[in-house]
Parts: sequence; C-alpha cells; structure tokens
Amino acid sequence: MSRHYEIVVDRIRCDGRGLCAELLPELIRLDDWGYPIISPGPIPEHLMPLAERAVEDCPVLALTLRRTEQGKRASR
Amino acid sequence: MSTMRLLAGRTLSAGPEGFAEHAARLGHLPHAGRDLTEVVVRSGLTGRGGAGFPAGLKWRAAAARHAQVLVVNGAEGEPHSKKDRLLMSTRPHLVLDGALLAARAVRVKEIVLYIGEHHTIARAAMERALAERPAADRKHFRIAAAPARYVSGDSSAAVHLVTTGIALPTNAPAAPAMVQNVETLAHVALIARSGEDTGTVLVTMAGGVARPGVLEVETSSTIADAIALAGGATEPPRAVLMGGYFGAWVEIGQAQGLTLDPAALRARGLSLGCGVVGVLPGSHCPVCETAGIMRYLAGESSAQCGPCFFGLRALAEASGRIATQGSNSEDLQRLHRWAAEVRGRGACKHPDGAVMFLQSALSTFGQEFASHPAHRARRSA
Repeated sequence: MSRHYEIVVDRIRCDGRGLCAELLPELIRLDDWGYPIISPGPIPEHLMPLAERAVEDCPVLALTLRRTEQGKRASR
Repeated sequence: MSTMRLLAGRTLSAGPEGFAEHAARLGHLPHAGRDLTEVVVRSGLTGRGGAGFPAGLKWRAAAARHAQVLVVNGAEGEPHSKKDRLLMSTRPHLVLDGALLAARAVRVKEIVLYIGEHHTIARAAMERALAERPAADRKHFRIAAAPARYVSGDSSAAVHLVTTGIALPTNAPAAPAMVQNVETLAHVALIARSGEDTGTVLVTMAGGVARPGVLEVETSSTIADAIALAGGATEPPRAVLMGGYFGAWVEIGQAQGLTLDPAALRARGLSLGCGVVGVLPGSHCPVCETAGIMRYLAGESSAQCGPCFFGLRALAEASGRIATQGSNSEDLQRLHRWAAEVRGRGACKHPDGAVMFLQSALSTFGQEFASHPAHRARRSA
C-alpha cells in the first residue's frame, strides 16, 4: 500500500522566498505577495522527490511533509 | 427547557451579585465530576465566543488529551460586543461556578481567567468574587490580562499568553489547554443545576437601534424581536451583520424572521458568532461600511503570516478604493480572487473570518459593489 503525503506550510515561519514554487511548480504557485499556495490533495507519487527537495531546501524550514489518508484533501 | 436565566436576580445596575446572594438564589455549587461532560453534551450547549463548537465535545476531547489548564476566555476583543464583560461585571459567581465545574469534569487543576486589559470593572468584579470563595476553590485560579487586540481572543493566542506571556496566535500551544468563553461557562453553571439547556443567549445589539446594548433573549426569539427589545430601529434598516466582524451580512427582509438559535442559524449557513447583531440603517452605505470594517480587520492582523498581513491589507485597500473612488471591475475581480486565495492560509482563523465577512458583503451587496459611486468613506458604525 502506497503512502500519501501532503505539503504543510508553517505560515508563521514562511517568509515568501518562493524557492518552493520554483522547485515544484506542478503543486505550488505564489500569490500576489509571493507566498505559496499549495494544490490540495496528496502529492502524486512521481512528484515526491521534488516535494522532498522543496521541503529540504526551504531557507526558513517552513515546509513539512505530513502523512495523509488517501483521498483526504489538504486545506492548506 | 429550563426556566433559569443568566441575568436573573438583582437589577444589573446594582453591580455584581455577591457570593451569599448567588448561593441563596441558586444554591451551592452542585457536586458533579466527570459525569457532567455527558450532561453538557446532551444539553446541546455550543460555545458562545464565536466559533460555536459544541461544549461537551470539547470537554471530552480535552479530557482525552489530558488538558492541564482551563482558560476562561473573557478577552472580548470584538469591537461591538459587550456581553462577556457585562456577565463578569454582574454575575461573576456564575462564571466561577461554570469554570470550577468544567475544571472538575475535565480534571484540570489550573484555571486562568483571561480578561481584556481594558475591562477593568469586569476584572474588579471577578477579583472580588474570587476573594469571596473558599480557599479550596480559590487556589485553582489566576487572572491574566488579555491585550486589547482583536486576535487576543483567538483561542491559540489565549493559550499562548497564559503559558508563555505572548498573546499572539501560534501553531503549537505550549501546554494542552481547554479554552471556553465566559458565557458558555455561565450556562454550564445553570445546566449543572437544572440538567437542561438554559434556552437563552446573550446578544449585543449594535448600530441603528434606539437602545444598543446587551440582551438575554430566548433562542426562539427572532432578530425582529431583538430589535424591538432594543427600542426598535432608528430608521428602516437595510441589513443586519450577524455575529460580529467575523459574521455575515443578511438583508433585512431575510434577517427579521431568523431566530437567535445557534443550531437554526448554522442550518442556514449563518452563525450566532459572539452574539453581536449589528443593524445597518437604510441611509448608510453598505460598501463604505464594509470597507471600514475591512480596514479595521487588516490593521488587527498580528502580522505573523504573509497571506493575512499582505492579503487583508490589499483587500482593505481595494474595497476602500471602490468606496472612495467608485466601482471598477479590476478591483472587484481582485476582491473575489484574493478572498478565495487568502482563506485557510494563516496560523489562526483571523484571515478566514475577515475574508468570509467580505465574501458575505460581496454576495449580499453585489449590486452596490458593482455600481458604487465615488464618494468619501464614512466612518464605520
């Protein structure tokens, strides 16, 4: 059984550097002020390596991966 | 339904009810323990601070995660709301009874009375009431002052303050705590005695009524009844803002027949919220009123999360431009898009409450937003 993850942003830490959206434009876009908007839902399997990279490379460590039940929609 | 009311007893202008009078009227604190949780669940009592979460379910969850602190939320940062401080100022022992009962039910030893720093009369009444209590009760309590900010009443901010001294919303509260509004706890004091729901709510009537202020009304009362009890409308109203600044606008035609029943309102997609019923007089411009409230809410962001700080400021500016310079489609589109984007992207519910308020304005006053003439912004009522 495959594991499903979603990206969670610590909104207080997030500084709007925007690196995540460059690394993972398939799932992350920036709002008009440079803060990430994450596509809801679990991360597709083939994007997991990029998602892990985005989490590791965030300069303020504002991103984490959280296990999610399949089909459960992420709100953030 | 119980015949007990929160504000029964001496006239409110006579000041706080003392312990002897309270005990003579209602009897001593009932002996109740963990079993009270299920009584509260069955009563259907919901939180009166704004979110309206079922109180009994909150208690169950708090007991399960071994909450250590009960925060009695009397921050009342909502601009027009007066009911929490009226309750603390006049019936302080009801609040203390409810707090002690909740603490016993959830097995919490520490109770923090979290009172708005400017609510000096309420604080003095609570301090005096505490001093009248036996030492065995008193030892559980301490008092913390809530800074006079809108977000201070947010439950994560309340927990953060009482545990760390910082009244800002946070992602990770330091200690497991249960936060409950003062009115909710006052209802608990009556429910523990009667076994059933009080059947009343405290509302603060604001805006275009002859006698703005706090009323205790039956949940079967309509908004029209409440307006009449507040001395009637000063002029034919245009709409009602139900539930305060995190609430929703409702056209007067639809609003009048709504009952002030938390469950019935929820079924209509509305909320009693903190109980503020704001009456918008017919001569006031809803667009300018909305812009004024958005400006206030943007200023009350704690500036911790980008989407809230920048997003609410941009939304306030765009609605302000429509209010002062007249309607334009670019700003209207931005309002709709930004409101949808900002929602759910803060550490607390401040941005969500603000954009839901704006979205209710855009849907209720769609015509006015689309055809607003240029004129100077009025001060918000």
